[in-house]
Amino acid sequence: MIIFGFLAQTLRIVIPYIFAASGGVISERSGLIAIGLEGYMLTGAFCAALASYYSGSPWIGLIGAAAGGIAIALLYAVTAIRFRADQVVVGIAINLLAVGMTRFFLRLTFHSSANSPRVPGFGAEQSGTGVASLASNPLIWMGIAAVALVAWMLYRTPFGLRIRAVGEHPVAATSVGIRVGRIRYLAAALSGMLAGLGGAYLALDQHQFSAEMTAGRGFIALAAVIFGRWDPVRAALACLLFAAADALQIQLQGAQAIPSQFVEMIPYALTIIALAGVVGRATPPAALGKVAE
Amino acid sequence: MSMAESSPAIRLTDIYKSFGPVQANRGASLEVAAGEIHALVGENGAGKSTLMRVLSGMYAPDSGRMEVFGRDVTGWRTAEAIDAGVGMVHQHFMLVPTLTVAENVMLGRELTKNGQLDRERAEREVAELSRATGLAVRADRTVADLSVGEAQRVEILKTLYRGARILILDEPTAVLSPPEIDELWQVLRQVRARGETIVLITHKLDEVMEISDTITVMRNGRTVARLRTAETRPAEIAKAMVGRDVQLAMHYIDEVRGADTAARTHLPPSAPLLEVRDLLVEDARRLTAVNGVSFSVAPGEILGIAGVEGNGQTELLEALAGLRDVRGGRIAIASRDITRLTVKARGDAGLSHIPEDRHARGLILDYSVAENLILGQQHRFTRGVRIDQERIHENARRQIAAYDIRPVDPQLPARALSGGNQQKIVIAREMGRAFQVLLAAQPTRGVDVGAIEFIHARLRDARDAGKAILLVSADLAEILALSDRIAVMYGGRLVTVLPRAEASEEVLGPYMTGAATEHAA
Amino acid sequence: MTTPATENPPAPAAIAPPVNPASRLAALEEAILPVVVALLVAAIVGDVLILSFGQNPGTVYRLLFEGTWGNAYGFGQVLYKTTTLTFTGLAVAVGLRAGLFNIGAESQLAAGGFAAALVGLILPPGLPALVTLPVYLVAAAIGGGLVGGVPGVLKARFGAHEVITTIMLNFIVLALLNYLTAAHLKVEASLHTEEIHAGGLPRLSSYIAAFHGSAANVVLFIALLAVVLTWWFLFRTRRGFELRATGLQPAAAEYGGVDVRSVWWRAMVLSGALAGIGGLNFVLGYKHYYEDAFATGAGFLGIAVAIVGRNNPIGVLLAAFVFATISQGGLAVNAVVPKQMVDVLQAVVIIAVAASVPEVRRMLRKGDR
Repeated sequence: MIIFGFLAQTLRIVIPYIFAASGGVISERSGLIAIGLEGYMLTGAFCAALASYYSGSPWIGLIGAAAGGIAIALLYAVTAIRFRADQVVVGIAINLLAVGMTRFFLRLTFHSSANSPRVPGFGAEQSGTGVASLASNPLIWMGIAAVALVAWMLYRTPFGLRIRAVGEHPVAATSVGIRVGRIRYLAAALSGMLAGLGGAYLALDQHQFSAEMTAGRGFIALAAVIFGRWDPVRAALACLLFAAADALQIQLQGAQAIPSQFVEMIPYALTIIALAGVVGRATPPAALGKVAE
Repeated sequence: MSMAESSPAIRLTDIYKSFGPVQANRGASLEVAAGEIHALVGENGAGKSTLMRVLSGMYAPDSGRMEVFGRDVTGWRTAEAIDAGVGMVHQHFMLVPTLTVAENVMLGRELTKNGQLDRERAEREVAELSRATGLAVRADRTVADLSVGEAQRVEILKTLYRGARILILDEPTAVLSPPEIDELWQVLRQVRARGETIVLITHKLDEVMEISDTITVMRNGRTVARLRTAETRPAEIAKAMVGRDVQLAMHYIDEVRGADTAARTHLPPSAPLLEVRDLLVEDARRLTAVNGVSFSVAPGEILGIAGVEGNGQTELLEALAGLRDVRGGRIAIASRDITRLTVKARGDAGLSHIPEDRHARGLILDYSVAENLILGQQHRFTRGVRIDQERIHENARRQIAAYDIRPVDPQLPARALSGGNQQKIVIAREMGRAFQVLLAAQPTRGVDVGAIEFIHARLRDARDAGKAILLVSADLAEILALSDRIAVMYGGRLVTVLPRAEASEEVLGPYMTGAATEHAA
Repeated sequence: MTTPATENPPAPAAIAPPVNPASRLAALEEAILPVVVALLVAAIVGDVLILSFGQNPGTVYRLLFEGTWGNAYGFGQVLYKTTTLTFTGLAVAVGLRAGLFNIGAESQLAAGGFAAALVGLILPPGLPALVTLPVYLVAAAIGGGLVGGVPGVLKARFGAHEVITTIMLNFIVLALLNYLTAAHLKVEASLHTEEIHAGGLPRLSSYIAAFHGSAANVVLFIALLAVVLTWWFLFRTRRGFELRATGLQPAAAEYGGVDVRSVWWRAMVLSGALAGIGGLNFVLGYKHYYEDAFATGAGFLGIAVAIVGRNNPIGVLLAAFVFATISQGGLAVNAVVPKQMVDVLQAVVIIAVAASVPEVRRMLRKGDR
């Protein structure tokens, strides 16, 4: 029973991570740094709550989340590609923007500075940890499918080949007639959509949006992208590792074995270790963060 | 063939193209008949590559008209150019290193089966084309693992795979050894025999004479001459390339052709100033790039290192300069071991260094001319922890006058100067201070003829003043014109060292290809 | 277009003085124009947000200015916020000048404040500020410098990209400080330490009564001094020359005898130390205790301050003042429109500056010659 609870807990935690990390992989493989994942997720969460609230259907909420994520990711892409802005600067600003915008519109639409009213969501009414209640949440299955789809897309389709080419050597891609900008816009939109769905999971699982509810999950997803060396399946496994650590800590809460803060550090510390090359250097796509002249 | 069908393969009229303040093309024109090999020649910076990138759709012209096989294609995109059969092999390969040969070849027009990439078919087709053209490549290899020659074959294959009827090659021989060059000419002749049109960008006149049917000469972004190869001589082409001051130009041609036999044949007897023993250096991929090299340079001597680029010259120089770790061996200046010294300490020990890439290494482009003139010696221009602005300015004033750097404005960022004047900043800095040994790498690359002569004269002056100079140049003519002794570097080794009198292109050629070896002690 | 004769000014280049004032002017233009564009864009977005809330932009902006520059308390709060942002802005600017993007000012600020607080809790109560100030400065610099130095060393030693490592370290350090505070140092039912009694730093209100109640304190003067010293270091010393060279072209700096790797870690230590000293503003100038998460957002805003200030210490000071005003202004208008409006505006300013810098550069350079 404890094992079951642990697995269910892990699954519940990992889903938003793998949505966002899958998006992050696509974005970074195309050459766009994915610092804004946190902002995409937050926007997705808010838009999911908003759309679900007004339509009464969590499915419409999903569409709203995807649209919101795409919109904010495209804002990032336009400034980074069309205006050649520094991607790190804009990525960070996108996160600030998402915090500000969601809180502003939270007050505008729901007249609250903390959270939305209850909205229709997926899963059991009480957020139980039962496996059955989890299985009834379609986002779980969509998240797992997203990993497989992204991996297939990246390695088996012409579009994926182009994404990899554009992120590695954009000038070469241009020379064979590939429109680098267009591929990157598409990659950005996909990453926004996926991260937005990750945010939607949070809002629809809890049946409400609350301010800054992503709480750094976008950065954990970014850590997973790097720890997974820009590969969708390895990134998903990294998410699983991070989520399992988190779930374990929740399970052990009563025992006080390790302070929760130290468990929180695990994803970040592992990522730094990976970057430092202690166990094989993590090499990013060659054109990451660079927009060709 | 009727008159209507005989419209030229390419007709570019009055093309203008600027990049910010730089006007790369200003009224350039080009006409190439179908089925010929056309040489587009000019000095570095004449606008040849830009014009061809306009033709291949990478850049849109600011103004002018482009026709291909009689069709107006002004300002088309790369994809359209490829569809119309125009393919370009760039000087810097347009290959994605992390992808396989087959993936690179099909990139942009991928083969699919049920929406998925059809790798098997791609590899099969590449293999077939490889057999048909004699361009030997292995379709399943990752491009990062290929040699330079193989990578170029992939590039050519890539354009042919796309059905190129007009093949543009940008300086294709710069990275090849002579046998590889011969192989390339064979492939090009074969391609011409199939009725394809070829434009070859080059500034090497012997190549022009050997392979081309017709010639267009560019200078300062303009087209200045159209010639038939059979009816012209190298001197006439050179004159058109250089334009102004024919006397000066002819002198240069003679000089680089090795006619200047004034190079001294006797060696000064004194002890060497630069001594290198059994040097082992690794490249960025941790492969041995310099494999047990030994040589010495005496005071008042220029030792030239010839060789095809990429045979370890860059790593050798960087190791000597302190920019790359040495795995084994010993370097000494005037009998003092400097193998483990920092860049700064080597400078203090009497080492000067004209680096091969002035934009990446030799200059800080956003720093002023005055600041660039002290780069590497900033610790000598201080007052306490402060930088001494007055002395920097005074130094700049002196050097700008002595080396005729223009415009005369020490505050201007180096970025704003022409290539020749930028190189003069580097030369002024490295030769205008106390030094015993000079490493000169590609000292005249990308500078105009006037500056070349000036720089050559300074190098000779330094030799005559008793300095030891190690000259590395991809330009064999430059090596022959300046050196007292000539070494050839191949595969990370010095395969021969000859006195100038015994060296010529014919003698050095086999060593440069690895065909001849005589491992020098 | 009909009067071409009057539209052609005489070419100033014809005079050709040895030092070209026209190029200086162009450089200034290149630095300032993006900021002007950004403020305009922000004003438009601000109007839209205000209107969407059914308010009059004019009224809101008047409120904003009255609440910041219009009274001594508000202005004091602006100065207080300017102080912290100047330090985090300088930290980011020094990093960027060395070619390193320090996203970790947030945790470096916290670590500096924490280190100073630890020292303050140990020092005997009642020591005068004149004695304690140097100790606090050193402690805060070490706290921030350590946190900044780790990514610096990781970069120099392993080539680990500092953007990612500083982001990751933010989370690690903040979690660690949270643990230390919550588990070992906190006063019951709070998340802050005991009060520090050894020589705190006086508030401005003890000299100018009008500032009463505002948090502005003498750390402001340390910030001004830091601006001057940082400028002097970057543009007048050999180390500064080498640091900027490294940031512009590391390969050329290396060629020029600069030990690029040591510049990297030193710059990160300096960057972290500057952010760390900023922690004094809250801990010793204002609250006289360390409180968990006191630094929230100030580190990230430091990035904005550095970008808008174009990595120039003087520009950083001005930008810090602007962002402090917007930030304090949010509180002043909160009764009418949500204060989160200013978060949006700050983000818009950053995005607009980042987006217009390359554009303006291209525009101006196209105009050349």
